[in-house]
Amino acid sequence: MANVPEDLHYSKDHEWVRVDGETAVIGITDYAQNSLGDVVYVELPKAGDEFAANESFGSVESVKAVSEVFTPIAGVVAQINESLADEPETVNSDPYGKGWMIRLKMSNAGEVDSLLTAAEYEDFTKAETE
Amino acid sequence: MVDFGGWDMPVQYPAGTIEEHLRTRTHAGLFDVSHMGEIDVRGSDAIAFVNCITSNDVTKLIDGQAQYSALTTPQGTVVDDLVICRFAADHLLLVVNAGTTDKDWQWITSNHASESVKLKNVSADYCQLALQGPDAQTILQKLTDLPLAEIKYYHFTRGRVDGIDAIVSRTGYTGEDGFEVYAASDRAEQLWNKILDAGDTGSPTGVLPCGLAARNTLRLEAGMALYGNDIDETTTLLEANLGWICKLDKGDFNGREALAQQKQQGVKRKLAGFEVTERGIARDHQDVVINGERVGHVTSGSPAPFLKKNIGLAYVPIEHANVGQEIQIDVRGKLVGAQIVKTPFYKRSK
Repeated sequence: MANVPEDLHYSKDHEWVRVDGETAVIGITDYAQNSLGDVVYVELPKAGDEFAANESFGSVESVKAVSEVFTPIAGVVAQINESLADEPETVNSDPYGKGWMIRLKMSNAGEVDSLLTAAEYEDFTKAETE
Repeated sequence: MVDFGGWDMPVQYPAGTIEEHLRTRTHAGLFDVSHMGEIDVRGSDAIAFVNCITSNDVTKLIDGQAQYSALTTPQGTVVDDLVICRFAADHLLLVVNAGTTDKDWQWITSNHASESVKLKNVSADYCQLALQGPDAQTILQKLTDLPLAEIKYYHFTRGRVDGIDAIVSRTGYTGEDGFEVYAASDRAEQLWNKILDAGDTGSPTGVLPCGLAARNTLRLEAGMALYGNDIDETTTLLEANLGWICKLDKGDFNGREALAQQKQQGVKRKLAGFEVTERGIARDHQDVVINGERVGHVTSGSPAPFLKKNIGLAYVPIEHANVGQEIQIDVRGKLVGAQIVKTPFYKRSK
C-alpha cells in the first residue's frame, strides 16, 4: 500500500503539496514513484521561473520512460532541490522528504483548497489501479 | 504489465529494472521469453529453402548448432532477425520475434515453393525461459544431467531439465553467458519456479526474475539490435552493421543482389553507438543533430545501468559515423551533446 501522509495536499497527476507559510513544497507521491520505478534523472526549472497551475515544470525519468511533472498550483520557483541532480534515486527512497522537487512562492494560496485531501487521493489511486 | 506483440508481459518485477540488470551481469537473471515465435521446417530441402530466405549461411551449421541470421527482403532490408537451430539435415527450427511471428509466417509461406519442405508454426507449443549471467550454468546444472559445460556458444542439445523434455541452448540476448530452455508450454510455470529455487532467488546473490525493461537495457549495452527499433524493412543489413550475417558468396538468397550492390557502392548511413556526454537521456525516435542539421534519429536510447552512462544507437550519415564524432541529440527540444563510440558498449570478460 502506498504511503499517503495526512498533512499534504494532492493532485490527480500524483504530485503532493506541503504548504509552508507563503511557499509550497512540491514533489511526487509514493504511488507515483512506485509506478515509475527506479528514477535515474530529474529535470527541474530554475529559480525565478513562473508557472501557472497544472503547468509542466520538469520531468522525471526512469530507465524505461519519461514522465512530466506538473505544478498543481501557480507560483514562482523560489528554490529547487539541487541534490536530485546527483541523487535522483531519493525520489524513490524518500518521496515526501529528501525527494522534494521545487519550492514555489504561491501566487494564490487559496488554490491548495481545490486539491485532494489524503483520503480523497487514496480513493483516487485505488480507483485508478482497479 | 504491458501488451507486447499480443502478450501480457511484465516490464519489471519488484526488484526493479536496475537491480534486475545488475544481477544478470553479476550473478543471474531469469527471463520468460515464451512470447518468441517458433517455426518448424522439415524435409529434404529444408536447408536449401531456409538458405534462400535468410542471409547467413545455413549450410555451415552442424546438428545441434544455432545461427543468428535475418529474413531478408529483395531490397536487403529486414523482415525479421532470427535464430536458426539445426536438429538434423532435414529439420530446422526458426526462432523469431513475437510481434513479427504472423508476418514472418506469411512471408515464409509465400516464399515457399518446394513440395519437399513442410512448415509448421509451433509458437504456441513452446515456452522459452532464458537464464542469463555468470552463474547460469551452475544454477541450471542442478536441474539436469546434461553436461552443460560441453555445450558451446550457439550450440544446443536435447535432454531433461527437472524431468521435463527440453531443448537447452547456449544463447541469449544480454551479452552474458547463459542458456535458453525450450519446453512444452504447459511446463513453463514448473520450470520457472524450479530455476528460481535452484538459483536461490530471494538471496542478495541469487537469481532474479527479470522483465522486458531489463531485457532491453541488457541487449542495448551488449550492442544487439532490436527488431522494430534498430532494424526493420526500411534498413538494410549492411546499414545496421550486420554485414557479418550477410554471406554474399553462399549462393542466391533474397536481397543478395541489393546487398552486393550496396556493399560495392558503400552504405550512405550506418547504425552507430553513441554515449551522451552532457546531462540528459537520449530516447527512441529523437533526432540526431550535427552542425545544426538534423541528420538522423535515435533508434534505441536509454540509461545503461551497468555502465552508468546514457547510451544509444542511431542511424547517422556514414561520413559522421566515426568513433569520436561529436553529435547532439534533440531531447524534447533541448540539444544534448553526445559522441559516437565503439559498440558493443559492454563486453563481458571471458
